[in-house]
Amino acid sequence: MEAVKEQATTQARAIDIESMQRSQKLNLADEDICLEVKDFNLFYGSKQALHNINMSVAKNRVTAFIGPSGCGKSTLLRCFNRMNDLIDTVKIDGQMLLDGQDLNKQSVNVADLRRQVGMVFQKPNPFPKSIYENVAYGLRLQGVNDRETLDRVVEKSLKGAALWDEVKDRLQESAMGMSGGQQQRLVIARAIAIEPEVLLLDEPASALDPLSTLKIEELIYELKEKYTIVIVTHNMQQAARVSDYTAFMYMGELIEFGATDELFTNPTKKQTEDYITGRYG
Amino acid sequence: MVTNSQHISQQFEKELEDIRSLVLAMGGLVEQQVNNAQEALMTADSELARSVISLDEDVNELEVTIDEECIQIIALRQPTAGDLRLVAGILKTITDLERIGDESVSIARMAMNLSEKDRPKKNYRELLSMGNHVQGMLRDALDAFARLDIKQAIRVAQEDREIDGEYEGIIRQLITYMMEDPRTVTKAIDMMWSARSFERIADHACNICEHVIYLVEGKDVRHLSLEKMEKVVKKAGKK
Repeated sequence: MEAVKEQATTQARAIDIESMQRSQKLNLADEDICLEVKDFNLFYGSKQALHNINMSVAKNRVTAFIGPSGCGKSTLLRCFNRMNDLIDTVKIDGQMLLDGQDLNKQSVNVADLRRQVGMVFQKPNPFPKSIYENVAYGLRLQGVNDRETLDRVVEKSLKGAALWDEVKDRLQESAMGMSGGQQQRLVIARAIAIEPEVLLLDEPASALDPLSTLKIEELIYELKEKYTIVIVTHNMQQAARVSDYTAFMYMGELIEFGATDELFTNPTKKQTEDYITGRYG
Repeated sequence: MVTNSQHISQQFEKELEDIRSLVLAMGGLVEQQVNNAQEALMTADSELARSVISLDEDVNELEVTIDEECIQIIALRQPTAGDLRLVAGILKTITDLERIGDESVSIARMAMNLSEKDRPKKNYRELLSMGNHVQGMLRDALDAFARLDIKQAIRVAQEDREIDGEYEGIIRQLITYMMEDPRTVTKAIDMMWSARSFERIADHACNICEHVIYLVEGKDVRHLSLEKMEKVVKKAGKK
């Protein structure tokens, strides 16, 4: 009898409740910070599109931007690799730091920056080339032409984008013949082939069917081990599923930013609550 | 935080409103069960006691219906934030309501047993007072749910201590009776069970109040001492 009792107690002790809890509460203060936005404003001509944004993107985490159309989330995302440089009327002030360096400084080489901060868009945009050449493109631009290196990187990137098994037998076929979901993963493979630090995803799954969407989400989950991911999505459930931190934006302002678990179960701002529960503002 | 703005989807708005009204309807039935069970116990009315038992079927049915509605909403609407907490809170609340129903059935059974026995002159005065107290708590808990009133919820939780005291007093008194005159044992045991059921009903009413605090504030106050619970609510109120 005593022995049984003792066994029961040791077993009870062996169950570690803390490890059974889904995940430890995330806290930005405990994270390594990859990108930092400080007092950031952006104007399209005279119209202000971003108002005094302050936030941090944690390293090796997924940060999601949600908010209604026109709230500025894509504009903010595009600032992270200076895509807005391409628009003449854009003016900015404030700071945006990548690993502590201001990425808007004159001295920053934009091509280098975009190598560090890759981007994937809403509509898959493969080049009209073979699957292989699509992935190898970035490396070729960098002057890498060694067949062996290219083969290795192409395989690794396609595996990283969870596409290798589907295309390994037709690497030389045109990428234009792939399905939308495959094309999107191909574009992600192309982005990670040059090993960026940050991946920006602008509505990566909005043009895909539910199964392809789940594959992309699964991929995001795997990719965050190596990369810092910032994702813009209209699909709130998606943001809730894939992200660690969520930022809710409205009319160019950052309304609420915090751990995703917290934001989706108990937001602190009424505007956030109204938006995520689908209410009139 | 619970906002009072309307959903863009009127249908969803209505679905949530509907389950809330169903919970209140279920609460009303359960309240009636407790009330009748107590009345049956006090007046030795076994007919009334039987009606409490048969009412339990309706309560059980309502529980299943509300459960299904909640699952539907989760599957089809994927509620978030306050809506999610409302649905989760309702799922828990109806479990407590159903248990309260079961406890009043137990009281009704005891009432039927006791109705065949000699009744003491004082006619269960202490049980009556405890039962009234418990009924008040249940009513207040359901009120707190209906109006999402966390201050009321806290007040109900505070009363649970008094109920525990009353329960202890009744048990002690019954033990004395049994020691004085062993012929009272069967009767005293039935009364003990009734008191026990009332005490459990008060606990379930407190649980409901905890669900109300969760669904209003998003703070889990289960298994906290009363003092900590009050602190949490005070802090939330300042936000």
